Amino acid sequence: MSTTSSRALGTPLRRVEGRAKATGTARYAVEHSAPGAAYAWPVPATVARGAVTAVHCADALAEPGALAVLTHENAPRLREPQDATLAVLQSPEIAHRGQVAALAVAETLEAARACAAAVRVEYAQLPHDVVFRADHPRLYAPEQVNAGYPTDRERGGFDAAYAAAAVQLDATYRTPPLHNHPMEPHATVAEWDGSRLLVRDSDQGSSDARRTLADLFGLDPEDVLVVSEHVGGGFGSKGTPRPQLVLAAMAARVVQRPVKLALPRRLLAPLTGHRAPTVQRVRIGADRDGRITALAHESATCTSTVREFVEQSSVPSRVMYASPNSRTTHRVVALNLPSPSWMRAPGECPGMFALESAVDELAEACGVDPVELRIRNEPDAEPDSGRPFSSRGLVACLREGARRFGWHDRDPRPGVHREGGLLLGTGVAAATYPVYASPCAAEARAEPGGGFTVGINATDIGTGARTVLGQIAADALGVPADTVRALVGRSDLPRASVAGGSSGTASWGWAVHKACRELRLRLDRDHGGAVPPGGLTVTADTTEDVRAGSEYARHAFGAHFAEVQVDTGTGEVRVRRMLGMFAAGRILNPRTARSQFIGGMTMGLGMALLEGSTVDPRFGDHVEADLASYHVPTCADVPDIEVGWIDEEDPHLNPMGSKGIGEIGIVGAAAALTNALHHAVGHRFRTLPVHPDTVLAALGAL
Amino acid sequence: MDDESRRCPSSEVRLQVNGTPYRLRLDNRTTLLDTLREHLDLTGAKKGCDHGQCGACTVLVDGRRSNSCLLLAVALDGAAVTTVEGLADGERLHPLQEAFLEHDAFQCGYCTPGQLCSAAGVLAEAADGMPSAVTPVGESPRLDGGEIRERMSGNLCRCGAYPNIVRAVQDTAQAGAAR
Repeated sequence: MSTTSSRALGTPLRRVEGRAKATGTARYAVEHSAPGAAYAWPVPATVARGAVTAVHCADALAEPGALAVLTHENAPRLREPQDATLAVLQSPEIAHRGQVAALAVAETLEAARACAAAVRVEYAQLPHDVVFRADHPRLYAPEQVNAGYPTDRERGGFDAAYAAAAVQLDATYRTPPLHNHPMEPHATVAEWDGSRLLVRDSDQGSSDARRTLADLFGLDPEDVLVVSEHVGGGFGSKGTPRPQLVLAAMAARVVQRPVKLALPRRLLAPLTGHRAPTVQRVRIGADRDGRITALAHESATCTSTVREFVEQSSVPSRVMYASPNSRTTHRVVALNLPSPSWMRAPGECPGMFALESAVDELAEACGVDPVELRIRNEPDAEPDSGRPFSSRGLVACLREGARRFGWHDRDPRPGVHREGGLLLGTGVAAATYPVYASPCAAEARAEPGGGFTVGINATDIGTGARTVLGQIAADALGVPADTVRALVGRSDLPRASVAGGSSGTASWGWAVHKACRELRLRLDRDHGGAVPPGGLTVTADTTEDVRAGSEYARHAFGAHFAEVQVDTGTGEVRVRRMLGMFAAGRILNPRTARSQFIGGMTMGLGMALLEGSTVDPRFGDHVEADLASYHVPTCADVPDIEVGWIDEEDPHLNPMGSKGIGEIGIVGAAAALTNALHHAVGHRFRTLPVHPDTVLAALGAL
Repeated sequence: MDDESRRCPSSEVRLQVNGTPYRLRLDNRTTLLDTLREHLDLTGAKKGCDHGQCGACTVLVDGRRSNSCLLLAVALDGAAVTTVEGLADGERLHPLQEAFLEHDAFQCGYCTPGQLCSAAGVLAEAADGMPSAVTPVGESPRLDGGEIRERMSGNLCRCGAYPNIVRAVQDTAQAGAAR
């Protein structure tokens, strides 16, 4: 057996499941055959607030192939969930339009849909409040914001310092509701075998799905198996169990058959979370050289009446720039809307749109180059906590990105770069995302027939988790990567944390690394380096390692550069170039990492120029609920995106030396584009998305 | 109610899928996509929106790319359908599949079968001289980046693999032209 160091990490291995995905043999959730399966179709509530007073099922049950209609009156009773959005069909109360009011179950997909369409629901409607305003009278300060950050932080004296500042900037930025829209809708096939429950689910963490099902149905977790082998994207919306998981399990119990439930696309908006809108006021006081002396970032957003979720948009201002005086706050109002939740880089994504736009405005006001202005405000330690950074590559990203982009040739004057009927502009913005890790367990096995297997209930939502975990294992074992097989996506594997917070590789990889090192030690110490006849299995748990924490402030950083062209006749904006430079610790697989960075930047392009949802004040819920009306970027919208990274050696992270890369690509991307738009046309776009009508209005007003 | 009156109108449909002939009795409401996924266990074609908005269900029908979620199987009697499962020649991958792997032209993989079938359609359309909205008038289409972006824009990818998809399709087109 080879014991040489194989150095798999850092090599651009292809995705191990790539062939299965490219040949159509990779099966996602409901694509697994379940003999005798019935099909379920939800009936969404048509009122924004009220109660179901009657569900008329006779017509529905008369549909050919109809099997059952579940309602709040006849659905199986659940134990009270931690996440109230999962208490489906447990009461007549309707908290938002689109909430599941009934569930049709039938022999075929066509029959289930017809059955659902024939269900007639009556409601007692109550007045609703669905319109978010930054001056809403019911705004309140939550106890904390998403990811457990403090709601408000105050350092020094902002008001006095701002009042005394030579340069003052006061600007308000707005981001709309945004939808995750993974390509695979949330889907589950559930099957009972007595008191055992087998579920194939599309989620970002089936350890959590298993625990949730066990809690809700009062089962021993050992009797619940959740398999999430291939997952068609999630971007946060599959980070927590969603109603379809519970509904499928309920329906399967009622009809005593396997039940498949894939949410229709339109129900993703009301049932699977979204990014809530924000209104963010940023005030910066600075000296004439652009050195920040006072910084306030005050965010307002909304949540639902069912579950509080507060987008932590002001948090990045606690990390980014030195300022002796600072105020960062969050306020929220609960409306009769679907519950917002995680969407790629919650907090940092909308927050950095505001902060990085404001910094660009400050640079203009001071007559300082925006790259240079950011470098001037580089802090020695994390501004809010005073803790030293474990590593901070922002300046390196700005400098190297500027060099690659050709930033230094830029004429800073806005609105003067013409090419026929086009106006051209370039912009820059910084990116940041925190380093998270969660405790996990993993097992590593030396197979008697040769080769190694590592197992952990990680989820590969498209990140390349299987591939990189195999690489981590190979290096920890000192063997070639092609001798290691990584098993993920089954809740009977050792428990793992969610594929979220850009923490997957750090959390899962840490446990895999620990198990493999222990396996290597035991093979060498106890078996002379050979594999015993029965093989050898080692398990590891990183609870104590992770909980030990760190005295350092740990974040990834990056810099975006963008060039846009604006058609002065139509207002159409086209992105000509995007360049992202990132400092995210050690890049473990350059091929899959590059794809994740590009993907995040692409979603940032969508946020800047295309994506936005509106709430219908009359009926509640989001109007742009399908992919014809909610515009995600298409192939023709996206230029060739250049991505690079700084080699960063950071010993304070995890055994791999990696920071998360799944989210930082979206952070700051929108600001780079709107800053470029300002440079092109000489108008500040502080409200997203920037559609052609907005651009035309701005051009007309100039 | 007796069984007869509870039955939905159905029809016998003959389809050739990836070269294999099938005779199926299908509910007239059944789409080609659901026929493939629910009746033939060919789950390569994906259901992303079921409304012809995302392209994940793209297959080739009589050689032309189509959103299979918008086609009723009963209206396709006698059609030849190629799905992603039918692109490879046994164990030998289609050049587009190889190029997608090499360029990492996907992440979650859910849009990938539709992207691949769509790209196969693009190669055929360009070879047949069919222009797109960006083809200069009177000229034969050349599959450069702009042509590919335009022609592949019916296939959404939320993971944002577009630059890699464009490279994969372009490489395949150039290799084909060189042969």
